[in-house]
Amino acid sequence: MADEALFLLLHNEMVSGVYKSAEQGEVENGRCITKLENMGFRVGQGLIERFTKDTARFKDELDIMKFICKDFWTTVFKKQIDNLRTNHQGIYVLQDNKFRLLTQLSAGKQYLEHASKIKAGQGITTGNTGGLQESKVDFLGLLVAGSSAGERKVTSSLLTAEEVLMGRWGMWKVAKIIYSFKGSSLN
Amino acid sequence: MAMCIVVIAKENYPLYIRSTPTEYTLKFYYMVHTSLDVVDEISAMGKALVYQRELYLGLFYPTEDYKVYGYMTSSKVKFVMVVDSSNTALIFQKLHNSYTDVMCNPFYNPGDRIQSRAFDNTVTLMMIQVC
Repeated sequence: MADEALFLLLHNEMVSGVYKSAEQGEVENGRCITKLENMGFRVGQGLIERFTKDTARFKDELDIMKFICKDFWTTVFKKQIDNLRTNHQGIYVLQDNKFRLLTQLSAGKQYLEHASKIKAGQGITTGNTGGLQESKVDFLGLLVAGSSAGERKVTSSLLTAEEVLMGRWGMWKVAKIIYSFKGSSLN
Repeated sequence: MAMCIVVIAKENYPLYIRSTPTEYTLKFYYMVHTSLDVVDEISAMGKALVYQRELYLGLFYPTEDYKVYGYMTSSKVKFVMVVDSSNTALIFQKLHNSYTDVMCNPFYNPGDRIQSRAFDNTVTLMMIQVC
């Protein structure tokens, strides 16, 4: 069915559309990213309202994260999150080895910066996390290993993400494309 | 038949208030306000709840013949209803459905008062039905 391609193309256009209509200086001071994140946030909220209408109440944060990783991710991206880790102190790391929205980008450093914009459009995750969380969770990022159709893993990373991760998690081998963003829940 | 429906946001301020007949309005508001404490109490019980969306709050005001019911969504939005019939489960389901539709409206900012006519109509339908 064509609906998956439809969503991907629409999403990409949205990202580039926001950048095209950005005014002077907006690209540098990050307002475009904020706009995309807010858009994603609102979409995420609506989605979550619909999905949790019939499911049972969540017992705790871990429950919420599991719901996001399994049910929500399956409904939106037709697959589950590959890896969920936590340090039990409020940090959750979701790892997706084949992020739908990025698989069509070619593997290589050329498009790294654009990938981060696309990732920002995925503030959808912050949206639903914000909608569900009861306490402040410093949701440190989506680790996304984007791989092209040939399943090659590109070894590059955003430096800031790496530093933060090393600090919090100790030894962490960064061998994939890592896109991370901080989303804090809104209380 | 006295009835009042209130939608309360996560931060405990009202998003939507509607009541009939109007001479009891203030009394209803007061009761709904006090019922918020009960809601907090029950949700703070934490481990004791397994699958409980619907919180039955019981008879608050014994001299009158209506009961106060509460219902909480996953995003901590509460619906409180003052009514004297007991098919509340269905009513809450419909309310929740309507609320979800309001949420999905891109022109609606979460946290604003609900001004959707569709939502109004649903609530009116509910009140007529019960009465």
